[in-house]
Amino acid sequence: MRVNFTVNGRQQEADDVWEGESLLYVLRERLGLPGSKNACEQGECGSCTVRLDGVPVCSCLVAAGQVEGRDVVTVEGLADFAKQRDEHGHGGACGTGGGCGSKGGVSLDAAKQWRAKPGDSQTGEGAPLSNIQQAFIDAGAVQCGFCTPGLLVQADALLEENSSPSDQDIREALSGNLCRCTGYEKILDAVRLAAARQSEAV
Amino acid sequence: MAQNTRTVPAGTPTNVTQKHTKGGIGESTLRPDGTLKVTGEFAYSSDMWHEDMLWGQTLRSTVAHAEIASIDISEALAMPGVYSVLTYDDLPAEMKNYGLEIQDTPVLANGRVRHHGEPVALVAADHPETARRAAAKIKIDYRELPVVTDEASALAEGAPLIHEGRDDHHSGHVPHPNIVHRQPIIRGNVEEARKRADVIVEGEYTFGMQDQAFLGPESGLAVPSEDGGVDLYVATQWLHSDLKQIAPVLGLPEEKVRMTLSGVGGAFGGREDISMQIHACLLALATNKPVKIVYNRFESFFGHVHRHPAKLYYEHGATKDGKLTHMKCKIVLDGGAYASASPAVVGNASSLSVGPYVIEDVDIEAIALYTNNPPCGAMRGFGAVQACFAYEAQMDKLAAKLGMDPVEFRQLNAMEMGTIMPTGQVVDSPAPVAELLRRVKSRPLPPERQWETAGEGADVRALPGGLSNTTHGEGVVRGVGYAVGIKNVGFSEGFDDYSTARVRLEVINGEPVAMVHTAMAEVGQGGVTVHAQIARTELGVTQVTIHPADTQVGSAGSTSASRQTYMTGGAVKNTCEAVREAVLEIGRRKNGSYHPAWATAELLLEGGKVVTDGGEVLADIAEILEGEDAIDLELEFRHRPTVAFDLKTGQGDGHVQYTFAAHRAVVEVDTELGLVKVVELATAQDVGKALNMLSVVGQIQGGTTQGLGVAIMEEIIVDPKTAKVRNPSFTDYLIPTILDTPTIPVDVLELADPNAPYGLRGMGEAPTLSSTPAVLAAIRQATGLELNKTPIRPEALTGTL
Repeated sequence: MRVNFTVNGRQQEADDVWEGESLLYVLRERLGLPGSKNACEQGECGSCTVRLDGVPVCSCLVAAGQVEGRDVVTVEGLADFAKQRDEHGHGGACGTGGGCGSKGGVSLDAAKQWRAKPGDSQTGEGAPLSNIQQAFIDAGAVQCGFCTPGLLVQADALLEENSSPSDQDIREALSGNLCRCTGYEKILDAVRLAAARQSEAV
Repeated sequence: MAQNTRTVPAGTPTNVTQKHTKGGIGESTLRPDGTLKVTGEFAYSSDMWHEDMLWGQTLRSTVAHAEIASIDISEALAMPGVYSVLTYDDLPAEMKNYGLEIQDTPVLANGRVRHHGEPVALVAADHPETARRAAAKIKIDYRELPVVTDEASALAEGAPLIHEGRDDHHSGHVPHPNIVHRQPIIRGNVEEARKRADVIVEGEYTFGMQDQAFLGPESGLAVPSEDGGVDLYVATQWLHSDLKQIAPVLGLPEEKVRMTLSGVGGAFGGREDISMQIHACLLALATNKPVKIVYNRFESFFGHVHRHPAKLYYEHGATKDGKLTHMKCKIVLDGGAYASASPAVVGNASSLSVGPYVIEDVDIEAIALYTNNPPCGAMRGFGAVQACFAYEAQMDKLAAKLGMDPVEFRQLNAMEMGTIMPTGQVVDSPAPVAELLRRVKSRPLPPERQWETAGEGADVRALPGGLSNTTHGEGVVRGVGYAVGIKNVGFSEGFDDYSTARVRLEVINGEPVAMVHTAMAEVGQGGVTVHAQIARTELGVTQVTIHPADTQVGSAGSTSASRQTYMTGGAVKNTCEAVREAVLEIGRRKNGSYHPAWATAELLLEGGKVVTDGGEVLADIAEILEGEDAIDLELEFRHRPTVAFDLKTGQGDGHVQYTFAAHRAVVEVDTELGLVKVVELATAQDVGKALNMLSVVGQIQGGTTQGLGVAIMEEIIVDPKTAKVRNPSFTDYLIPTILDTPTIPVDVLELADPNAPYGLRGMGEAPTLSSTPAVLAAIRQATGLELNKTPIRPEALTGTL
């Protein structure tokens, strides 16, 4: 089957998708967006978390056909997504039950303006980063980094909803994301740091 | 299912790291691969992609022990989209086995399977689902054999031999062919010393099978090359060790198997053995197409070895004034069906079984068994973890029996610099065991009843059971426990352990730039960060490029045994020193006549310049190198030699260096439901010299959490009747989440080891040791229960076993 949907603001079309393929598979293997990670592919680890119409979901549990006509943001589009949100205010409180439309944090038209910009292919240096991405680097929250994309998407959604979370709020929000390297302490540090920087910037 | 329609190719690894930044050793420089990792651009092994590639799939045994009467691949081969199906009969070379030390592991089962999940056949197809379905269509006729699952069944009269007719370098001295290796250690006279004991305690401890559970699954891409060889992009801990095992079974010379490290999503010992490497190469060579294999989580539990489960039998004695008199122990490690690293695990378990304590009279025996359980091998802490769990429980028992404080009792018996180990080796660098304990003990305790929030009742998230809302604090009791451990650093027992580094210094755009090329596997530990720091420190440059790790440079040894900063860091340091000497040599030749300091002063490279130790600037590095070829050197680094332990007495200077950590655990236990919440896990560790404190603290916190996992939740459960694995998923094998993991305050000591590069002490494993027994001790203190098995399950706390 053919699936049409928006990924990081770009209209995408995947052909010859087998009905059993997950959104994760289509992103990684058909669209060349391997940022969402395949750590368990059974909805237990959160490494493949993406925003689907603004709501964080495990993309391994979403059948590709379910995203027809919908809007997906992956870690590759997180910086642009956050930038758009900053520029257009907090429109993205999906997942809080507050009458969220199908377009998530920004309008689909606005989203279509986004383009993932390749950074320095050797290092990624110079790539624009979102607040939460920069905080993960600065706090030492990245080790092997396999859990990082899912944590970033989830943590970004948390901060969108709750700009000054308590430690327990952070733990609750990230409890579906496994990390095997860090012991989580520096991940907590990163989210606290991002929250502090966010409040300074306001 | 059509072919891959992806339009954006991703090919070679992007884990090349270049960073224009400051930061020498001792500074918390940020990871050079951090930006790639937070943007999703870092190419992990499962992200490899090639035009026209196929997907490989392994068919694994559904039974633990059986003869294979027949294999029928015809139906699988006939499926559209299937390119190749391979079994044992298709292996191209005379050599059909591999293994780290003993080559006893078949690439594909040869007429017999010895454990649940053993690879039997391979499929290559144009879609992963096609490959999976084809594998399911392979018909195998198993004739099941009796299973050997523990010491009793392995050593019973007439027990089936897991490896009949074995002929390896351990087989001559083991008392039974189902024992992989045995290491006794005898020192002093236990029977005499026993007479001096006022109290004697015994204990029998069971350590469950832990999984490394790295998040990035086993995966890689094999690309056939025009010369008949193969290029392999893979996540591993030791490229050159893989190469030595891969090339012979492919029937290729090593130079025709070119390996490049692709992004590694964690390892913890689980990538020290071969997993999909050979299978992907076989399929690529058979189909003449690139083949990618990615395990899903279920297969990952079968695709790598686990931590040895163990039974440990201990006896300790002490005088009434609290001095240890003697120790007797027997440690039985279950190595599973194939040897993997079992011999080395035996060596570690025996030689570290006494812990960081002074006991002159010991009688120690450690063995590893061959059984039909899943193969076990390397995992963080490697033999020392199991022993620490037991000897620390013994210390608490002794202290209780003597009516002493458990920390004071440990401090009274703590080893220090100058202590003689049970192997006769003298500890010749700082061993601050008593001080580490003092530090965790003197830290203020976290407040009690911290789940109570002002005016709002209990915040259940802070209670045992957490979000499940199982208690509001009614039956919750607190306990505090301590533990300390000792681990060896590097490869021991006479192993020729070395690492290689190539360093190139050249001027680019007027700036001196260093390139560091090693085969070190960056598995997340941060080696790439510290190598750049070392190069900046030694060469006085800002720009350092870290070349991707591959087999085009000499071996770096394994990223394991806490050795990589010591060994490859040491190699980078030494090579940089040689490069520096070469720069100074050119400088002396060119400028020596202009300033006497060139001949008389100690010269350094700093800030892109040659300076004297008095701070006088003599020249720019860029000027010196102008018109010269790049300086390009490759050197090996070795630690001081070690010797094998004597096979009868265990004596010998077998270890390079020791490393120590202590923990204090604070737990709250819901005694009604048997649920545990670890509130805090404070730790103190001596790292000799912290090259990068941010990374050091991250490693300590991560290692501590893995120890916490084994204390309260982690275990691969193997059915004792069938030897089948019951819980190969993250649904049923639980690793700590952020809700299970407490605050982990870290206290780092830096007491230099005079024998090590920069005085550093390998530090990645030590925090995993004492974390588990500290949590257990705290739960025992809270509940009054004996608890001699990991992990602690609710039924053990509620008496409903």
